[in-house]
Amino acid sequence: MFQRKAISPDHFTNGIAMKKGYYGQWGGAFIPEVLHATFADLNRVYEQARNEASFWQEYVDLMGNYSCRPTPLTFAENLTRHFGGARIFIKREDLNHTGAHKANNVMGQGLLVRRMGKRRVIAETGAGQHGMATATMAARFGFACTIYMGEEDVARQRPNVFWMEKLGATVVPVTDGSRTLKDAMNEAFRDWVASMDDTHYVIGTVCGPHPFPEMVAWFQSIIGQEARQQILKQYGSLPARVYACVGGGSNALGIFQGFLDDPGVELIGVEAGGQGIATGRHAARMADGSGASPGVAQGYKSMFLQSPEGQMLDTHSIAAGLDYVGVSPILADLGDKGRVRFASATDREVIEALSLTMRTEGIIPAMESAHAFVQAFKEAPAMSSDQAIIINMSGRGDKDIFTIAHAFDDPSWKAFIVDRAKGYTIG
Amino acid sequence: MSRNLERELKQRLQQKKILLMTHLVAGYPSLAVNREVIRQMAEAGVDCIELQIPFSEPIADGPVILKANQQSLDQGITVEACFRLGQEMAAAFPQVRFLFMTYYNVVFKYGEDAFLRRTRDIGLNGTIVPDLPPDEGQSYLAGSRELGLAAVQFFTPTSSDERMRQVAAQGAGFVYCVARRGVTGRQTTFDHALDQYLARCRRATTLPLAVGFGIGSRGDVAMLAGQADMAVIGTATIKLVDAQGPAAVGPFIAGLLA
Repeated sequence: MFQRKAISPDHFTNGIAMKKGYYGQWGGAFIPEVLHATFADLNRVYEQARNEASFWQEYVDLMGNYSCRPTPLTFAENLTRHFGGARIFIKREDLNHTGAHKANNVMGQGLLVRRMGKRRVIAETGAGQHGMATATMAARFGFACTIYMGEEDVARQRPNVFWMEKLGATVVPVTDGSRTLKDAMNEAFRDWVASMDDTHYVIGTVCGPHPFPEMVAWFQSIIGQEARQQILKQYGSLPARVYACVGGGSNALGIFQGFLDDPGVELIGVEAGGQGIATGRHAARMADGSGASPGVAQGYKSMFLQSPEGQMLDTHSIAAGLDYVGVSPILADLGDKGRVRFASATDREVIEALSLTMRTEGIIPAMESAHAFVQAFKEAPAMSSDQAIIINMSGRGDKDIFTIAHAFDDPSWKAFIVDRAKGYTIG
Repeated sequence: MSRNLERELKQRLQQKKILLMTHLVAGYPSLAVNREVIRQMAEAGVDCIELQIPFSEPIADGPVILKANQQSLDQGITVEACFRLGQEMAAAFPQVRFLFMTYYNVVFKYGEDAFLRRTRDIGLNGTIVPDLPPDEGQSYLAGSRELGLAAVQFFTPTSSDERMRQVAAQGAGFVYCVARRGVTGRQTTFDHALDQYLARCRRATTLPLAVGFGIGSRGDVAMLAGQADMAVIGTATIKLVDAQGPAAVGPFIAGLLA
């Protein structure tokens, strides 16, 4: 497997030397002094791994053996016929072990943790996918594992909590702030500033202080590398457009990196429009009218949903994995440069797209991923049948049955839950 | 009215064995209680006061200060109100050196230059911004120097000797020596490792050394005298005000120095 498209700050500066970890005006490492040595160590190990071709091969082999890579690129024949426009291809990250693209980053960082000789990993999680993936990696590598998860997310993702605990992780509900992803991230940082000697913080997305955006993007670039080869082989030419949902941005950057050097391929990031951008109950940072502004939080400079004085706002999305105040500094820069176009999908549109995809193709996207489907479905009909598009299906939805059944407001499911509950007493 | 904080602290050290810096979160539990707490601190002989401007994501703070930040924000504290409180307190207690403590986003959104100018104009002496390491804060450090404000830097037990020298060279006023790993408010055990750490800090800089994180008793302060120049009392006074009200602060501070 080649490494040519792996991301680096140089990629975005057209050869102009820039401060390490900056992408245009975004990025950096705004970390408390107590973590300086930890980051220096992480940077050293990461750079070393990055410069060894054998490390990337070790990673690819691990993912092939443990996580069903390469994941297929499925031609969605029925959806293509349904819309009568562009040929629709779906990159199947849902078929990764643990059911989402999160496994790519986590297993890669696991290899680095082993190199650093650390014995414990911690992670934040929103929907639970990253927590699940980290708990799985920890079990596989033999690390102790603590997962920080907002109390609200613990409540809405109980099945994932159940599995994390069964995999041997300790799940700590975070009761501060909005009790969601950003608060879980803050709490993981608080753990790390005391535990960094034997602990690595496995950040789950392309955010946070340098080198995390670059490093996580590097591991996720495997998606785009595969997708580019696959579309050339299966379709014979490059796609016109590539769609991906954007929370922190890791699945999007993962697939986009395969096509960054192909100017004819338009890259579209789809954010959480929640109840509609105009209502203010959303989690869009880059899409038009989002109201986000430049800021520095959680160790990096990017676009954040915040008050004029810089206090972070509560965000809303039907998909916990997109319910986040900030966005990758790398994506903020690609947005500035016009390389990535941003759109948003509302909760209601997401349910419709999910429904259609299930009935038409027998494929169940995660609600996060369904955001990308919404925008692709809006645009595909107006495109010609000799154009292809790829939708990155970042994860699968069937394991989120409680959340999706709730979103569908399914009466028979509710009756089932009520009935099952009768069989349990607490205590 | 810019002052040289380093020189002033060194002058005070000719009269006192150890100086005291206390901390409070603006707007928690209320601005009215803040005023009373500061009066108690000032009258008990505190040298410096760290006035924290709340931020929604205080990653270097533990549960007590985190909760104080959140509650203050929930009650509608603004950066403007913090500036007004700082101005009023600096004028009312000229013997105390006041510093703002906050996170970088608050400064960034206000505008670095505007924030620093306003801080100087209202009579404060410096700032402590834990998520702005010198590597990211070059313009902030330059602006602070130009205005005569102390941009306080941090030493930690994980800092190498070389890093300590680099960081100290960028800072002013004093160096905030974190006595242990972790966030604010956890217990520090004072042992031989601390002696060695403080000796290492002393070799790295001629700036006064403030030691913080987890100090809360007379024994702690007495132990530091001779090794450090200023003891930092953070979480302890917040807990005290929560439990016993602002009137308990004066006797508590006086007791630390007895």
